[in-house]
Amino acid sequence: MKTFLILGAGTGGTMMANRLLRKLNSSEWKIILIDKDEQHYYQPGFLFVPFGYYKPEVVVKSKRKFIPSGIEFVISDIEAIDPANSKVTLTKDKRVINYDHLLIATGTDIHPDEIEGLTGAGWRKNIFDFYTFDGAVALHDFLTKFQGGRVVINIAEMPIKCPVAPLEFAFLADYYFKQRGIRNKVDLIYTTPLPGAFTKPKAASVLGDFLSRKGIHVEPDFAVSTVDAKKNTISSWDGREIEYDLLVSVPTNMGADVIGRAGMGDDLNFIPTNKNTLQSLKWPNVWVIGDATNVPASKAGATVHFESDVLLDNIIRAIRGEELHPGYDGHVSCFIESGFNKGMLIDFSYDVEPLPGMYPLPLIGPMPLLKESWLNHLGKMGFKWMYWNLMLHGLSVPLPTKFSMLGKRP
Amino acid sequence: MANVLDSVKFDADGYMEDANAWTKEIGEAIAKREGIAITARHWVVIDYARNEWKTKGEAPTLRNITKNTDVDTKELYSLFPGGPGKLAAKVAGLKKPTGCI
Repeated sequence: MKTFLILGAGTGGTMMANRLLRKLNSSEWKIILIDKDEQHYYQPGFLFVPFGYYKPEVVVKSKRKFIPSGIEFVISDIEAIDPANSKVTLTKDKRVINYDHLLIATGTDIHPDEIEGLTGAGWRKNIFDFYTFDGAVALHDFLTKFQGGRVVINIAEMPIKCPVAPLEFAFLADYYFKQRGIRNKVDLIYTTPLPGAFTKPKAASVLGDFLSRKGIHVEPDFAVSTVDAKKNTISSWDGREIEYDLLVSVPTNMGADVIGRAGMGDDLNFIPTNKNTLQSLKWPNVWVIGDATNVPASKAGATVHFESDVLLDNIIRAIRGEELHPGYDGHVSCFIESGFNKGMLIDFSYDVEPLPGMYPLPLIGPMPLLKESWLNHLGKMGFKWMYWNLMLHGLSVPLPTKFSMLGKRP
Repeated sequence: MANVLDSVKFDADGYMEDANAWTKEIGEAIAKREGIAITARHWVVIDYARNEWKTKGEAPTLRNITKNTDVDTKELYSLFPGGPGKLAAKVAGLKKPTGCI
């Protein structure tokens, strides 16, 4: 019996476990799936929790619901990975698993301790994140009592999971405070280490004044150095100091600690991965999906979905001893919720930036690209159903895997 | 004497179109144009950035630079005042750091 071991039962690990179970011969292969946590979070939903648009309970379900009985599911931390000897040690009972193939889907987490002062006296008092369930819920409690002041959104450094989420947070905050009738008492400041809110030429030209029209001030090239919870200020390395009443931080994102301990990661514990085949650059029987990779695609569920087709094909090819297919082109699609029951849609790849046009078909779309519409908002809201009911089970989703220029205007 | 930058193609923001066309002389000339008097410490950063680009295909982040060279963030800002990520990429002939949108 051979062992296919999957580390991480998030979006990528769960989806791939389902697909591998259907594809691999069960008399030949045993699939083991490891995760430290019983709960599965619908992470795109964290964005809506602070504003009360989603109740916390709709973004969490038991992981076991999505894992079929043919898979051995173990709840444990991972103590060590030894890729040279194809061996993983779990914390639970110090169990050692020898694998034939390993899929790493351990994702990324926030590391607020990487920023001086962030986790000091203000943490979860008037400093919050919304990239964790607890953070999003705590921020909701704070916002219900908030009567006005300076709201500063900060992205600590790139890369981050779902790079558009901080923008969406700013748009929804604008909408939320308007709904509450206190928008005139709130300053919204968006601080980013990038040269602007929109950095790709087409998006910048189409959406350039989008934030200023909403009264959101952008502070570009802001590389955070320290947070002073006594003075309620956030400072940048080039000497800018901004006061806040509420600081919404998107802290440094890093891959799992065990990746670092195993010497398998880069400076941020992301695993050097072939960006087209999704095979580890160092170990041929190690595969990586989603946020855990270092590939230059957005860290997002849609990325995982598109990657999974290519990955599944390549795993089967490798098992048969065939040549890998460099099929992943960096295709990502994502909805950007923009408030007032509208949303935008972007669809791009390694080589092509987000462009205006219609998706997935020219002229009839029905969804417009790089442009606000009610339909895109419905798409964003409908995605939750698709995630729980199709994506996690590894069922096909009505979206083409390959990036296409169809309907796009360069 | 003709300026070394005369034959180099730049984008609208002053970043080189083709990172492969970069030479040390071009790097020095871009630095000069940006008001930077280049020193050995600048070269530590620029050489690292070039190397990262060669192996990974993109310019390094501030974290990459400060973690893998002996230049710390404070020195990095004094070497490339304002925006070290952008400026170092520009002098090294690499593309402007961008997000996904």
